[in-house]
Amino acid sequence: MTVQVTSTTALNGATPVVINEGDVVTGAEILLECLRREKVDTIFGYPGGANLWIYRHLPKFPDLHHILVRHEQGATHMADGYARAKRGTAGVVFATSGPGALNCVTGIATAQYDSTPLVVITGQVATVAVGTDAFQESDVIGVTMSIVKHSYLVQDIDSLPRIVREAFHIATTGRPGVVVIDLPKDIQNQKHAFHWPAEPVRLRSYNPTTKGNPLQIRRAAQLIDEAKRPCLLAGRGVLISQAEDELLELSRRASIPVGWTLLGTGTYPVGDELSLHMVGFMGAGYTNKSVLGCDLLIMVGMRADDRVTTKIDSFAPQVENIIHIDIDPAEIGKNVRPTLPIVGDARHVLGEIAKLVQPKRLDSWITQIDRWKEEHPIRYRTKTGVLQPQDVLKEMYRLCDSEAIVVADVGQNQIWGALWWDYRTSGLYLNSGGAGTMGFAFPASLGVKRARPEKTVWCVAGEGGFVMTMQELATAVHENLDVKIVILNNYCLGMVRQFQDDYYEGVRSAIDLHGAPDFLKLADAYGIPAWRTDRVDEVAGVLRSMQEHPGPCLAEFIIDPEANVRPIVPLGSGLPDFVEEIMEEGM
Amino acid sequence: MSTRHRLLSLLVENHPGVLNKVSSMIRRRGMNITSLTVGETDDDSVSRMTIAIDVGRAQADQAVKQLYKLIEVVKISDITEDPIVDRELVLVKVAASRGDRSELLQIVEIFKAKIADVGTESMVLEMSGSEDQVETFLELVRPFGIREVARSGTVAMARGRDGLRLSSKHQGRGAGQQPDLEAADQKRRAAGVLVGD
Repeated sequence: MTVQVTSTTALNGATPVVINEGDVVTGAEILLECLRREKVDTIFGYPGGANLWIYRHLPKFPDLHHILVRHEQGATHMADGYARAKRGTAGVVFATSGPGALNCVTGIATAQYDSTPLVVITGQVATVAVGTDAFQESDVIGVTMSIVKHSYLVQDIDSLPRIVREAFHIATTGRPGVVVIDLPKDIQNQKHAFHWPAEPVRLRSYNPTTKGNPLQIRRAAQLIDEAKRPCLLAGRGVLISQAEDELLELSRRASIPVGWTLLGTGTYPVGDELSLHMVGFMGAGYTNKSVLGCDLLIMVGMRADDRVTTKIDSFAPQVENIIHIDIDPAEIGKNVRPTLPIVGDARHVLGEIAKLVQPKRLDSWITQIDRWKEEHPIRYRTKTGVLQPQDVLKEMYRLCDSEAIVVADVGQNQIWGALWWDYRTSGLYLNSGGAGTMGFAFPASLGVKRARPEKTVWCVAGEGGFVMTMQELATAVHENLDVKIVILNNYCLGMVRQFQDDYYEGVRSAIDLHGAPDFLKLADAYGIPAWRTDRVDEVAGVLRSMQEHPGPCLAEFIIDPEANVRPIVPLGSGLPDFVEEIMEEGM
Repeated sequence: MSTRHRLLSLLVENHPGVLNKVSSMIRRRGMNITSLTVGETDDDSVSRMTIAIDVGRAQADQAVKQLYKLIEVVKISDITEDPIVDRELVLVKVAASRGDRSELLQIVEIFKAKIADVGTESMVLEMSGSEDQVETFLELVRPFGIREVARSGTVAMARGRDGLRLSSKHQGRGAGQQPDLEAADQKRRAAGVLVGD
C-alpha cells in the first residue's frame, strides 16, 4: 500500500503573508520576516521538535525556498556551497535542538575554516528548560564556540530582529564566517510587535579594516618596483573579495608571476605567461621553485598554513621582502613573519597597489620561470590498460571549458582536481581546504547549483568521501539539482594508502573500501542515470553523456588503485624537497 | 612580574559568556593563564579584564589579535612594557600563637598590610601590592605557618593621562542584548551616578 503525503504548500495556513512594522506576530514569523528582509532566498534545513513553530509558519513565506536535506550535516555543506558560489551572500541553515544542532558541527567548522558566511539557526528547548538537560537539549553555543565567528542565544523576543541583522552583518563582512543563532521554542511562539531595525548595523566592538593603510600600500608598490624576481601567491581571500581583476591587472602591469593556494585555485588564469600553479605540500614544482627563488613574495588573502609552507623554516627563508595582505590581522605574522603587513580587503589593496606600480617587464625572471615549468611540469604516469584519475579530470576540464563550477571532495581527488585545473579565466574550484572534511563535495555542489543554476556543476569525489554524505541523493532528486557526480573509485582510501606506503612504514591498514555499493544500482534506486567505466577510451563519451543529461547524474570511474599524488613534499621535509612523479622509460 | 608573563588589559561587553569565550580562546591557542581578573567599569555595559599569560611577546601578540576577533572584545592592549600601576590583593591565614605575634605585626607594618581577623591561634592578614610585593610578603610570613591563601589576581592600569577607554571610534551599540552606551549613560545621568565625563 502506498501512502500519499500531501505537499506542505497545499496545507492550511500557507497563504502568503505580509508583515508590516508594528504587526503583532509570533517569534517564528518575526524570524522569517527578518530573513526575507535580509534577502534570503534559500534555506537548507531539517525540522524537529524545537523548531516546529518556525516550520509551522514557513509555508506562508514563499520567497524563502526551503530545501529539505536528509541530514543536518548536508544542510550546512549545502549552505556552504551556496555561499561560496553566490559570493558575498550568507548561506542559511535551520536545524532543531540537540542532535539536529550537533549534526551541524562538522559543517559549521568546515565553513568557518574556509571563511564562508553562514547563518545557522538552531531551535533550542524552551527558555525554562534550558540548563535542565531536557530532551534534545544541547549547549549549542558552548559546543560551537571555537568554530564560529559569533553566536547568539536569543533570550527575549524583543532582541530577535536586531540579532538577525547583526548575524548577517557579522557573517558577511570582514573575514566572513559562521554565526549561530540559538532560538528557544517558546520564543518562537511568543507574540510581539514586529520592528525592523532599518538603520545599518554598527557595533562598537566590530569594525573590520577593509581599506589598506595608504602608507603601507605606497611602500608595497615601491618594493614591487624594486623587485627583480617578484612572486605572488593568491589565497581564498582573493576570491572572497572578488579581486581577480585587480590581481590580473597588478600582475600584468608589474610582471609578477602568480601562484595560488589550494583554496586560491581559480583566482588566476592558467596558461598565462605569468601563471604559476598551486603551491606547497602538493603544489607544482615550478611554483615552489618560484617561491624559493624570488626576491619579493606577496601573499594575498591566505593564511600560510602548514599545507602551504611545509616545514616553516623552509618556506622562502632567503626572500628579502615578504608582503602579506589579509583582512584578518591575526593571520599576518601568525606563521610567516612579513616585512610589510597590510591589513585590508584584497580587492581594495591590490587595486590601489596596481595604480601605483611602474609598468615593467622582467624578461629574465620569466625566462627562469619558463625553465622551471619545463623542468618540473605537472605530469602523471600512464599505464596501459589502467585508467588514471588524471585521464578523467583532464577530459572533464576540457568539457568545463573554463566555465563550469567544480566542487571537489577531500583526499587525492581534491589534489588531482586542483593540479589539473586549467581554466583560462578565473573560475571556482570549491573544496574544503582548511577543515578537510570528507563528504563535503556532494552536498556542497547541490548548494552551488541552487546558487548558480546557470552554471554546469561538477562534483568530484572519491568513493570514500561520497558515501559519507550520499543520502543527499534524495535531496538532489527531490529538488532536481542538476549536479554531475564524478566518482573516482579506487576501492580504497587513496590518500591514506599513499601516506601509509610512503611515511608509515608501508603497512596498509584500514583502507580497503571493497564493499562500496554498486553505484549504478544506487543511482537507479534514486531514479537518476549513471555510467561506469574503467577504460580510458570511454571516458570522453561518459562525461559528454553526463553533460548532456539535464538533471543529477552519476558516473563511476574505476581508477588505478596505486595512483599517487605527485609532486609531494615528504612529511617533515621542506619546500625544496618536493618529490615528483617518476616517469617510466619512453614517457 | 616574571619575564615570561605578559599582561593584557581588555575592555569587553558586559555579557554572560564573554569570560568563557576569552578564556577558551587563550586555552585553544595553547597558552596558560596565570592570573585573570574581571569586573565592571564605570560604564556598566563594559567590563574590564586583566589577564596575565605565561608566554613570550610573539605569542602574546597573537593572543591579542585572536582576542580582538571575538566580537565582544571592544579594546585590548598588551601593557607589559608600559608604565603601569598593578595591584593584587591577598588574604593569608597565618598560625600565630601569642609568642609569635609581635614579630608578625612588624611584617604587617612594613608591608602596610592589615589584620583582617584575629583568632586565638591564627590571624587573617590582608595585603595589597604588586605581584612581586605580594610574593615577598608571603615569603616572609611563611615561616609562621600559612594555613590558607586567597589571591585576587592582578588588576592594572597605565600611569599618567592615557588609558584604556572607549573612544569615539567605539560608537554604536554592543553586540547582542546590551542596551547601547548612550542609553545606559542617560539612565545613570538621570540617577545622578555619572559625574563629569
